[in-house]
Amino acid sequence: MSRIGVFVCQCGNNIESTVDTGQVASDMKEMPGVVFSCTYKFMCSSPGQEMVRQAIKDKRLDGIVVSACSPHMHEKTFRKASESAGLNPYKCEIVNIREQCSWVHHDTTKKIGTRKSNDLTRMIIERLKKNKPLKKINIPVNKKALVIGGGIAGIQAALDIADGGREVILVEREPSIGGNMARLSETFPTMDCSQCILTPKMVEAELHDKIKILTYSEVEKLDGYIGNFTVTIKKKAKYVDESTCTGCGECMEKCPFKADSEFELGLNKRKVIYTPFPQAVPNIPVIDAPNCVMLTKGKCGICAKVCGPGSIDFEQKDEFIEEQVGAVVVATGYDLMPNERFGEYGYGKIKDVVSGMQFERLASSSGPTGGQIFRPSDGKVPEQIVFLQCIGSRDEAKGVSYCSKICCMYTAKHTMLYKHKVHDGQAYVFYMDIRAGGKRYEEFTRRAQEQEDAMYLRGRVARIYERDGKVVVQGADTLSGTQVVIEADMVVLATALVSRPGADSLAQKLGIGYDKYKFYNEYHPKLKPVETVTAGIFLSGACVGPMDIPESVSMGSASASKVLALFSSDEMAREPIVAAVNKQRCNACWDCVVACPYTAIEKEEVKDRQGNVIGWNANVNEGVCQGCGVCVAACRSKVVDLAGYTDEQVFAAINAF
Amino acid sequence: MKMNINKDEIQSYAIEQLERISGEATKNCYQCGNCTGGCPVSYEMDIAPSKIIRMLQIGKIEAVKAANTMWLCVGCLQCHSRCPKSVSVASVLDALRQATFRSGADHIDVKEIPVSFLKNTPQQAIVCGFRKFVS
Repeated sequence: MSRIGVFVCQCGNNIESTVDTGQVASDMKEMPGVVFSCTYKFMCSSPGQEMVRQAIKDKRLDGIVVSACSPHMHEKTFRKASESAGLNPYKCEIVNIREQCSWVHHDTTKKIGTRKSNDLTRMIIERLKKNKPLKKINIPVNKKALVIGGGIAGIQAALDIADGGREVILVEREPSIGGNMARLSETFPTMDCSQCILTPKMVEAELHDKIKILTYSEVEKLDGYIGNFTVTIKKKAKYVDESTCTGCGECMEKCPFKADSEFELGLNKRKVIYTPFPQAVPNIPVIDAPNCVMLTKGKCGICAKVCGPGSIDFEQKDEFIEEQVGAVVVATGYDLMPNERFGEYGYGKIKDVVSGMQFERLASSSGPTGGQIFRPSDGKVPEQIVFLQCIGSRDEAKGVSYCSKICCMYTAKHTMLYKHKVHDGQAYVFYMDIRAGGKRYEEFTRRAQEQEDAMYLRGRVARIYERDGKVVVQGADTLSGTQVVIEADMVVLATALVSRPGADSLAQKLGIGYDKYKFYNEYHPKLKPVETVTAGIFLSGACVGPMDIPESVSMGSASASKVLALFSSDEMAREPIVAAVNKQRCNACWDCVVACPYTAIEKEEVKDRQGNVIGWNANVNEGVCQGCGVCVAACRSKVVDLAGYTDEQVFAAINAF
Repeated sequence: MKMNINKDEIQSYAIEQLERISGEATKNCYQCGNCTGGCPVSYEMDIAPSKIIRMLQIGKIEAVKAANTMWLCVGCLQCHSRCPKSVSVASVLDALRQATFRSGADHIDVKEIPVSFLKNTPQQAIVCGFRKFVS
């Protein structure tokens, strides 16, 4: 016979006002197997917990039921209390008589609430009788981290993990780390030069003995589970031997062919053997294979001839590297919605209509114009320049419904950059709202208007067209309530921030969730902002949603602290709520394998004594299983059970109703 | 109404002069509308006080001069006392009147004021009226 204790909480008046907790306690005392019951004002308080511990010891309880609030609130509290009194924590069950009972019933005679509390508690008592003592699962941890994406968020995460003494592999798709931040001219609201604050971090990452940077590489496959991932990285052929290249740049100088520069967003050309920008890390050029005459037609090869150390290798092939890591930080960043999407703004065909990022390059001292603002069509200095905000953002019909968050700030910055370089020019900004929530942000946008003479007009521009060498902008100023026309020399579109192309396929490889815009989902938007549903995989930066540099850096550091916490011990303990297969009865239909959202179920061979494979079983990997129970529902022969939620327990509860 | 917005009007001498006379920077206004909300006579104005500032921001001083707003303002300074950006619309309107007088245009002709009106009006009001409406 069980020796169960029932503890009914009054939660001040939260429960007591519609539930007669004393009645519930005395009713439950009559249940077979219940040897103790009581009620208390705040069961979660220290004296309340002490009551629980004392009762477990004095009455020699072998299971307790706490009828109180949601298990999300205090399950941990009472399981800990049970454990300290010598009871297996999984023999402690919580009944939610607050959120699911007292808060939803307003009957002050307490009849309904008391009856429902009795029902719920009785069910859990019967369920508890079938509970088995469970033990936390310990899994070994491989103390090496993988960071995907070498932008500022990824660099920060890698540096922090490496400074914590753990090895990091930093994977970057482009030939250099740096990401979008490397493109920016100056940063709001301090107006410090972006590269000046970024490149020291890039160099620090390159020189750090715990960080291994793999550029021009992509994650091909990720297997395993928290603490024990196996990652396959595709290292694209650079056609340059990284171990011997000195980065002298002779090859780039002598290469006779040019192609559009991705880094300069088409505003400039680069050589076919190139580094994206002068401060590239690593400072090793790559050959753009589709444009290289040697690789496509077998002629030229000048770079190989001029290369002193003989590092050019036209025979190099893509390489696949396998690494064992314990945690993954995803920091793949963002992209901008292309100008071609917007018919009313010229489909990207008007030369003097550029994107915000292109303007960054024009304003950058290392950019194609050396920091002079010239319009792309004829190289004239624009006397009137119009900035349009919310292009594609907050546009449910044709764009995305969300606010891209950083455009208000960077547009204000653009107006200042323009004013600093074209003193008698006039900048206009069409905006819908100015969203300057952030430290010193509001002051910054005001400064643009009050001290730097930017003219802000509230309205969305209806159309842009070319006339007599001008770009005519037609919109409205809703503050004065009139239609306005500006004959501008140049227009800058603050296009929406969107997820990277291929963000969804990477998410599928990693087994993490993403929303309809392919931004990655956090485990919990407020309380677990860097975790994902897949344990051991963390998120940083704008792959989660639009965000600015300080936020990306904070998230990078936050992920790093999570990784370091995970790496702080050789083994990690996790909840034992995992599925298990009854292997005698499994008929290997693999429905569970297909159903499992975490790829936690693997196909296991059954061998005879000679080692011949005589059959197959499903096997749950306890490290990966998240205890969702989908396999239990999918199994046709009912041989999968979820520890802590077995069919036996669930049916016992139902039968008690 | 369709408006052509341009640099020449925004950076015009007239607006610069107005800001110099009044000592106010119209750019500082962020169009919250508190001045219009609290103004005791804004309901009678052709262009409300906050919109006056807006029109000056976008360089439309002629439209502002054509409106009755500056003549209706009683100078109670409610707009100034409540403005979160400390812009005094009253000072701007005063400067507008000044600028108008400097061009030699009076708002009223003293000779046309009926004698009966002058007889029934307190002397101080007449002096104030002269200061406000004639150069």
